[in-house]
Amino acid sequence: MEVYFDQFGVFWEGFLGTVQMCVLAAVGALAIGTLVAVLRVAPLPPVRGVGTAYVTVFRNIPLTVVMFVCAFVLPLLGSNADFLKIPGLTTLIRPLGTELPFFRFATIALTVYTAAFVCEALRSGINAVPVGQAEAARSLGMTFGQNLRHIVLPQAWKFAIVPLGSVIIAMIKNSALALSFGVLASMTGVFDRLISQAEGASYDSMAVLVGVVVGYLVLTIPLGLVLDAVERSQKKTVRR
Amino acid sequence: MRLSRIAAVALTAALAFTAAACGGDDNDAAGKFAAGTTMERLAKAGKMKIGTKFDQPLFGLKGLDGKPAGFDVEVAKIIAHELGIKDDNIEWVESPSKDREALIMDSKVDMVVATYTINDTRKEKVSFAGPYFVAGQDILVRKDDMSISGPESFGDGTKKVCSVTGSTPAKNIETYVKDKTAQLVLFDVYSKCLDALKNKTVDAITTDNVILSGYQSQNPNDVRLIGQAFTREPYGIGVKKDDKVFRDFINDTLEKAFSDGRYKAAWDASIKDLIKMPSSLSVVRY
Repeated sequence: MEVYFDQFGVFWEGFLGTVQMCVLAAVGALAIGTLVAVLRVAPLPPVRGVGTAYVTVFRNIPLTVVMFVCAFVLPLLGSNADFLKIPGLTTLIRPLGTELPFFRFATIALTVYTAAFVCEALRSGINAVPVGQAEAARSLGMTFGQNLRHIVLPQAWKFAIVPLGSVIIAMIKNSALALSFGVLASMTGVFDRLISQAEGASYDSMAVLVGVVVGYLVLTIPLGLVLDAVERSQKKTVRR
Repeated sequence: MRLSRIAAVALTAALAFTAAACGGDDNDAAGKFAAGTTMERLAKAGKMKIGTKFDQPLFGLKGLDGKPAGFDVEVAKIIAHELGIKDDNIEWVESPSKDREALIMDSKVDMVVATYTINDTRKEKVSFAGPYFVAGQDILVRKDDMSISGPESFGDGTKKVCSVTGSTPAKNIETYVKDKTAQLVLFDVYSKCLDALKNKTVDAITTDNVILSGYQSQNPNDVRLIGQAFTREPYGIGVKKDDKVFRDFINDTLEKAFSDGRYKAAWDASIKDLIKMPSSLSVVRY
């Protein structure tokens, strides 16, 4: 029990690290995923091809491999992922701005991987929008962009909210993998730091494990509840 | 006269019978040791259980043939041979770092030879013979990088260093770096550190010189070992707490083996190419 009080700092640091990475990756994945979904429903075949290729590549490669490529191949190509050192954001999320790039590499990997799933969830939402909606918009003279922005996507979001929630929850759990690629400040890193410490105080591994599990549940369960609430409130507005 | 001759014959027969009953394998080493000592018990049994690592390259690594090999294993064999125990009669027991004390205290093994650093915390539970080897934490850098000369080079907050999660070296280096978040990266295995060092994401790797020597010998054109250990990790042989007689016997054996070349043979069979053999061996008797 005392591990929770003695080592609260370690738990908090790990929790914060996971939250920071997940918020960044969620925002990034939703943005890129939406973009790729738009590509995949575009009227031009080559553009559709680009979107399909993205999903095919990133949905079919294990996340471990994506992380490995980001952590060990990007530096070979001369990239330190410095474009993520966004002024202002780096003061809020410290690891983003450090010279050590592994937090940025892991975040990039998690983002591009999750974006493929976001795209597909969103596309299922787009497909659920009755064809008549898009046809009506087109007959009113709307362009492809206007059609998506004003008619299709707002309705697609509502259909896609449940699968998108699952994708984000899966992403939070996937973030645990970053530990193996140089990001010790994560929820799973807590376990590593308190249990396999070669010297010093040793804690009951069960107690630490329970603490780590609680850390993840604190993130995922409320997210699930929020999504349920959003779904309920939107059931009223979506006509099927 | 006649009677005593019969008695002598009977006695001889009885002795021969006893010896035969003990098995041809049995050794006469048992007679060398005082009754009631650990040595006598082991020599009489003709077999012993030795704890070692199964996953530590160069020291105790279990190969495809199912037998562990390495410097720890060779040293353990020297002790066993001194007791008259043959290689085939040694039962190797895997001893991960965190289980070593428990294995000794519960008599699951007769001794532990497993990159076992002697320290005071451990001495409260078990006793140590040796050290038979002294390792130390060192630093590996890129071959052309002359800016790092020791752990103090991390004090200005610019050089990045890599190690492995949950390890003692990682904890040690924390006291030298200025900013942990920006300078210290930890992976689960050292091979990733080596990749990061080669592609210049980090500037150094730190851990025991034994491990680093292995990497240097594999990549002589890319990396360079600083070669100045800044910690001292004496590896000892763990035995039951306060079994002083057995401890002294192991210490005697180590000293004898060092002077008659058996220690060198063990070294040559395992870590010769990587680490220079020290010119002297000084065990600590307490």
